[in-house]
Amino acid sequence: MTPTPAIEVRDLRLSYGPREVIHGISFEVGRHEILAVIGPAQSGKTSLLRCINRTIEFVPGTTVTGGIRVNGQDVATVRNVFELRRTIGMVAPLPVGLPLTIYDNVAFAPRCAGLSRKDELDTLVERCLRQAALWDEVKDRLDSLGTRLSGGQQQRLTIARALSHQPEILCLDEFSIAIDPVTTMRIEEVLKELRREMTIILVTNLTQQARRLADRTLFLYNGEIIELDRNEVVFSDRPGNRKTYEYVNGIFG
Amino acid sequence: MDTQPIPERAPVVRPRRSPWAVRGEWLLELIIRFCGISAVLFVLAIFFFVFREAFPVLGREGFSLTQFLFSSEWYPTSATHVRYGTWALTVGSFSVTALAMIIAVPFGLGAAIFVSEFCGPRLREVLKIVIELLAAIPSVVWGFIGLTVMSKLIVDLTGAPVGVNLLNGGLILALMSVPIIVSIGEDALKAVPDSYREAGLALGATRWQLVYRVLLPAAKNGLLAAVLLGVGRAVGETMAVLMATGHAVHIPLGVLDSVRTLTANIAAELGEAPAGSDHYRVLFLTGVLLFSITFVVNLTADLVIRGIRRK
Repeated sequence: MTPTPAIEVRDLRLSYGPREVIHGISFEVGRHEILAVIGPAQSGKTSLLRCINRTIEFVPGTTVTGGIRVNGQDVATVRNVFELRRTIGMVAPLPVGLPLTIYDNVAFAPRCAGLSRKDELDTLVERCLRQAALWDEVKDRLDSLGTRLSGGQQQRLTIARALSHQPEILCLDEFSIAIDPVTTMRIEEVLKELRREMTIILVTNLTQQARRLADRTLFLYNGEIIELDRNEVVFSDRPGNRKTYEYVNGIFG
Repeated sequence: MDTQPIPERAPVVRPRRSPWAVRGEWLLELIIRFCGISAVLFVLAIFFFVFREAFPVLGREGFSLTQFLFSSEWYPTSATHVRYGTWALTVGSFSVTALAMIIAVPFGLGAAIFVSEFCGPRLREVLKIVIELLAAIPSVVWGFIGLTVMSKLIVDLTGAPVGVNLLNGGLILALMSVPIIVSIGEDALKAVPDSYREAGLALGATRWQLVYRVLLPAAKNGLLAAVLLGVGRAVGETMAVLMATGHAVHIPLGVLDSVRTLTANIAAELGEAPAGSDHYRVLFLTGVLLFSITFVVNLTADLVIRGIRRK
């Protein structure tokens, strides 16, 4: 018997009002796998992530059909949606530092989950900030506002925050958009470490980043899967679809 | 290398704005500059004229500033011994305002949070319209309600000898301030970017956790402003408290005692005081006192907000 995949998407369709943006896609993500999702703008990458943790509900007028199972459980019928969101870490493309101190930003999710012991929170905050390669820069000013940090630092703060509830699945949406290449590399190293603990979905516009990090890459175009295969295939000279080759090599896109 | 000479570029005719447009902009700037600065002028002018009417009494024999501020004996028309002590009036103003705020702030902020975060879009529209309607009711109508409806209710429910008292005034003022607190507070909460809400919810926060961990800290300046506008309305309100508080110069010992406020006192007595008399001037001095109180309240609030912001 094969183990349940971490995420199982079956015939997912998503419409904003009358406009369908994801046209029935199905795929699975295995445990401890890094799956990269690439594709041009407007192809449904971010929407896909938002379907997984059900934050898509906050956009009025959306309809989702088909099924997403996280750890074998259908997200549409999950009893406690807050519990579900706590098992999924989400990093948004534009950093949203909550208007709280750096410490409170990272301690936010554990506190919401009910953790209140100071020493446990302290260790957790330090660990998450270290993992997000931010600890050294902020350790002396944990009680200043998170919104005062620079864009790149805020982005790493959101990564630390996403790690703070020890998620089983980490969704990163264009995390490197505001970060310099050196820091990006440091975070990529962290992600490679983290895969031992969690499953990672990485939405990225940098095909090279997908190539470096992922086990498999999903090429999404206009709400349809053009190709999903191991990186050796997707980034080879002869991927399954001609379009993939052209996109990856910058011939179209 | 291409050695061909670069052809001479034809002169470009750049569009020019007419001199009237330029001058018009200059004139507009002058006008809005005046509008902005005029606020300062008005405040200074009001202070000057009120103080000018009040000033001569300060040097008058038999008048002492300490007595004016801290004595609770207000007998402006006594035939034998005239005394001008406003302490009871100041206490009256403060107690009515405080009571009103104790009722109105939790109620108003609660309503603001409900309208902004918890109710559906259709109910929200209805509530906002009704709340704005409530804010537009003239204060004399509120006073009338206090005098007739509320006062009967208070007598029936508490057995107080008179229904027009501190409790009545406080309730009326609370009802008057709530719509302001709700509408400004709701605006402050709406101004919090949706990305904060989404980030909080994506981290697994429930609606309540979102409200008190994210929205209240993010909107605290606006919410404080809402409360202060409510306080301002309550301190400055005249007609409703004149009708609802019972108008007795008396330091209240409980919420069922009648009181008189600084504002109501001026409104009630200025018509009877002969222009230029001591009584008349003392009433203007009461105006200066009121002015100073609101000034101090606003200034403190401003400093508090600045303090919060700096952190």
